[in-house]
Amino acid sequence: MSIVATYLSWALLVIGGLLCISGSVGLLRFPDFFTRMHAASVTDTLATGMILAGLMLQAPTWIVLAKLIMILVFVLLTGPTAGHALAKAALHSGLKPLLPGKSGVLEADTKPSGGV
Amino acid sequence: MFTAVTIAVLVAMALALFRAYAGPTLYDRILAVNVFGTKTVLLIAIVGFLMGRPEFLDIAMVYALMNFITVIGILRFFEYSSPGKSANSETVKD
Amino acid sequence: MESFVHVVIILMLVTTAIAIVRVKDLFAVTMLAGIYGLLSASFFVLMDAHDVAFTEAAVGAGISTLLVLTTLSMTGRFEKASVKPQADYRPVLALVLVTVTGALLIYGTQDMPGFGTADAPVQTHVVPRYLNDSATEIGIPNVVASILASYRGYDTFGEVVVIFTAGIGVLAMVMSNATKMPVVQTALMSDHVVLRIVSKMLIPLIMLFALYVQFHGEYGPGGGFQAGVIFASAFILYAMLFGLTAARNVVNHTLVQLLSALGVLLYGSVGVVAMINGGNFLDYNFLSDDPVAGQMLGILLVELGVGITVASVMIIIFFTFTARSQKEGEAD
Repeated sequence: MSIVATYLSWALLVIGGLLCISGSVGLLRFPDFFTRMHAASVTDTLATGMILAGLMLQAPTWIVLAKLIMILVFVLLTGPTAGHALAKAALHSGLKPLLPGKSGVLEADTKPSGGV
Repeated sequence: MFTAVTIAVLVAMALALFRAYAGPTLYDRILAVNVFGTKTVLLIAIVGFLMGRPEFLDIAMVYALMNFITVIGILRFFEYSSPGKSANSETVKD
Repeated sequence: MESFVHVVIILMLVTTAIAIVRVKDLFAVTMLAGIYGLLSASFFVLMDAHDVAFTEAAVGAGISTLLVLTTLSMTGRFEKASVKPQADYRPVLALVLVTVTGALLIYGTQDMPGFGTADAPVQTHVVPRYLNDSATEIGIPNVVASILASYRGYDTFGEVVVIFTAGIGVLAMVMSNATKMPVVQTALMSDHVVLRIVSKMLIPLIMLFALYVQFHGEYGPGGGFQAGVIFASAFILYAMLFGLTAARNVVNHTLVQLLSALGVLLYGSVGVVAMINGGNFLDYNFLSDDPVAGQMLGILLVELGVGITVASVMIIIFFTFTARSQKEGEAD
């Protein structure tokens, strides 16, 4: 049991870590806001869930386990909600997703906003 | 193994930080901040296990909570900072 | 491995600081400052300063971001100063000044004891007393809480008074808006249905968590300051989603003002009761027949006073600012 749990935990942690990186690469490399949001929020939830589940399997005491479960519930509630609100706000404010074929031009949000 | 995951989370944080800096729209930045906050929660949880003191989890909980409230706050004040106008036009005067 | 994480986090802190200087959009700057708060809190966690990390997470990354955002909604979104540099704009002098000051400060650190050395003043002066005697004198496991609330009770009292004064200051500046209901503005974010429902589920959890932080502060990281901020953030979340008027129906403004004073009063009264019982001001040993029980009772009451004042002042500041910005928005 304990060996199975340990290997399962390692597997969950490694997959979670990979998802973390892939989601962030997507956040960095994808062409417009909505694709970035897709990359970030989908992997965010999954990676967080997997890493926290991996940690849960190694929790030394039940109180650590309970706290990890609470964090997981919290993240699973707030992450998608914040993502949904963000996408909705962006769409309402006139940010158009890039479409294949005729590439819709992104409405200039903040021309002098510094950055690149 | 915890080490590997810590490094993965740190890399993800660095990439999100770059997106928060680069923009280009404000929504990209909000998204990056949100991702960054989630990764910080993970970092605190993992580092607790890495250093053998998993009692840090209270702090991770505060992060998760404050991260959510901050994102809502940014949305709320950004969307409605210029009433009647498109929210991503520059607010010269209300 | 630990030092590797330290180095990476410090590098990210520096990067964030540079980004804050370079970005001109103040909303983005606020967000980057929030990231800075999260990063420095992670750093404090790595240094085992859990209580400080807790405070930084709640105050630095959370409530201060919200307060700055309310301010920005009143002022404007873009930095004006360096968009078009004037002819007499000379950054060289400032740069020289900053460089010289920085060099002097770095030179000054040469005389300081190395990080974590055993004979550093911080390790030899009062800390051994706190660490060795706190368990028998105060009887609570979290030494930080016993220092904050008991050994350094005067300082903490001063901090609470400062926070109370800040609340009074905000009220004094925008009093005319504060007492009346200035706007009948219902629910700005009414189209965010999912957000409202999830937040309704979360708000009780947040309050429960704040109470846990408040009363668990003697055993783990936490205490009155952090709990107050978390408690206030629940109300702020409600006010942001359901509008100020609805939030004012939940928490009566006069009541919050009374509560902010009540917290300070509670703290001071504990000190006065200790004096009446024959001790010094804030000497909790005299609160009960058993000194240790007296200490625990005193710390509990004092932390409660801190929590009440912090929570009410945060609510007052946020509500007052929001009311003012909404009124200005309507006036145009």
